[in-house]
Amino acid sequence: MSAALEVAGLRKSYGATEVLRGVDFSVAQGECFGLLGPNGAGKTTTLKISLGLAAPDGGTVRLLGHEVPADASTARRRTGVVPQFDNLDPDFTCAENLVVYGRYFGLPTDEIARRIPRLMEFAGLQGREDAKLHALSGGMKRRLTLARALVNDPDVVFMDEPTTGLDPQARHLIWERLRRLRAEGKTLVLTTHFMEEAERLCTRLLVIDQGRVIAVGSPRELIAAHIEPQVVEVHGNGLEAWVEVARSLAPRVEVAGETAFCYAADVAPVLASLEGQADLAYLHRPANLEDVFLKLTGRDLRD
Amino acid sequence: MRLAFHLRAPGLAWIPVWRRNFLVWQKLFAASVLGNLADPLIMLFGLGYGLGAMLPSVSGMSYMAFFAAGSLCSATMMTASFESMFSGFSRMHGQKTWDAILHSPLTIDDVVTAEIVWSASKAWLTGSTILAVVAVFGLSGSWLALLALPAAFLVGLTFSSIGLVMTVLARNWDFFSFYMTLVLTPMMMVSGVFFPLEQLPPAVQAVAKALPLHHGISLVRPAVAGQLPPDALLHVAVLLGYAVVAYGCAIGTARKRFAS
Repeated sequence: MSAALEVAGLRKSYGATEVLRGVDFSVAQGECFGLLGPNGAGKTTTLKISLGLAAPDGGTVRLLGHEVPADASTARRRTGVVPQFDNLDPDFTCAENLVVYGRYFGLPTDEIARRIPRLMEFAGLQGREDAKLHALSGGMKRRLTLARALVNDPDVVFMDEPTTGLDPQARHLIWERLRRLRAEGKTLVLTTHFMEEAERLCTRLLVIDQGRVIAVGSPRELIAAHIEPQVVEVHGNGLEAWVEVARSLAPRVEVAGETAFCYAADVAPVLASLEGQADLAYLHRPANLEDVFLKLTGRDLRD
Repeated sequence: MRLAFHLRAPGLAWIPVWRRNFLVWQKLFAASVLGNLADPLIMLFGLGYGLGAMLPSVSGMSYMAFFAAGSLCSATMMTASFESMFSGFSRMHGQKTWDAILHSPLTIDDVVTAEIVWSASKAWLTGSTILAVVAVFGLSGSWLALLALPAAFLVGLTFSSIGLVMTVLARNWDFFSFYMTLVLTPMMMVSGVFFPLEQLPPAVQAVAKALPLHHGISLVRPAVAGQLPPDALLHVAVLLGYAVVAYGCAIGTARKRFAS
């Protein structure tokens, strides 16, 4: 089976700003593929171009075997999209939102009507078919948007920050549903700022920054390849003096504001030096994807 | 976008978008009818009766019938313009309805086509309601008045197309007030809605004849009076010309706005 999405040499500029400077990646069928990157890294632009909604300045895209943008409309028949910001129809009920959206795919109204109970169950909105949109919470709207993206029973679902702004309950429900979609064999392509989300859901990740791919691999591979396995986070009044000592005890020490991050395979010497330091507090934990992300993209704020 | 501009003949893919707008209209029926139908009717009776008493006959018709034919066109123009601009901008910009549609197989060309045909449909409803009033009040005694129905749809298409160009170019709501104040209102004054074009200086008449509203009125007014409109083909051609050129501009500017 060919790849669900193949992107090669993608370049895009807006005015003088180069948003993408040669992005290559490929998503196999059935994968959950995550695009990670700071704000402005080019994630949303990559999604837009992959769907044929913006023309690249250079490079090629094949979505489900179709050339994009030339044949994007055909590719989108088998594609679902959960946009970054909900754009449901505020004048419609839940069911009407699904019917109207399904008709854009050329589906007959009665066929969509048959699909609605399953979609509403999937969204955890059973019995709310006739609910007005303004009666839904943010999490419910997000789930309805997800259900809407599935109305055409797509092979690939694109999701731009699917859980941003949701409370933990709503986020966990979305995660559970996305796993169900993978179990059904669907390919998922998502962008996220939540490393925990990427680590839990994604089979493979692509880290992009300033329009370039800086790392690609499974969450575990990225952690193994890019970061020391243990971390000690230290903060407190005595930090400045202690950091000088710590630099000789751990291969890598990063200071960000009032906190020092000590990365090492063996953190015993660091922990020993913290014994009896009453003016320092610390947290010892295994390294995670967020550490990798911050190492690769830096700790500076991006706006 | 770099691709050479070419206008494809629209297929039927846009119909689900038209149906979406129709469903919203059904839900907001009362408010919509009040704005688009009651408003011109109040104007018609308010002005028509008052002035009609003073001006028993204009261009061989009762003033009431004369003004009804003109306001059929101007109200159709206004409905088409309001729907394609204010409601269209809200769908495009505020609610991001267009963005949602573009994630389906539909293209921006389909969305633009649907918006224009939808606004024209709504405008046609305004025009045909005024025609019904004309019939009910006995202002026209001829079946030829039914020619106003296709004419109203054509006027609707023309002004919806132009309105949608404004929408796609707009960055905010204020943009529309320029078009309303500087184009639509003066056009209504010079196109023979309220009084015969011949009352105006020749230079202004020439300008009016270059504008689409005059050609709509030139089709509808004779029909209401029970005559086949003279030079009907010319008037249809001018309206269609405006519609086609504006449709092309709307597609071109919308492709540009949505492909970046």
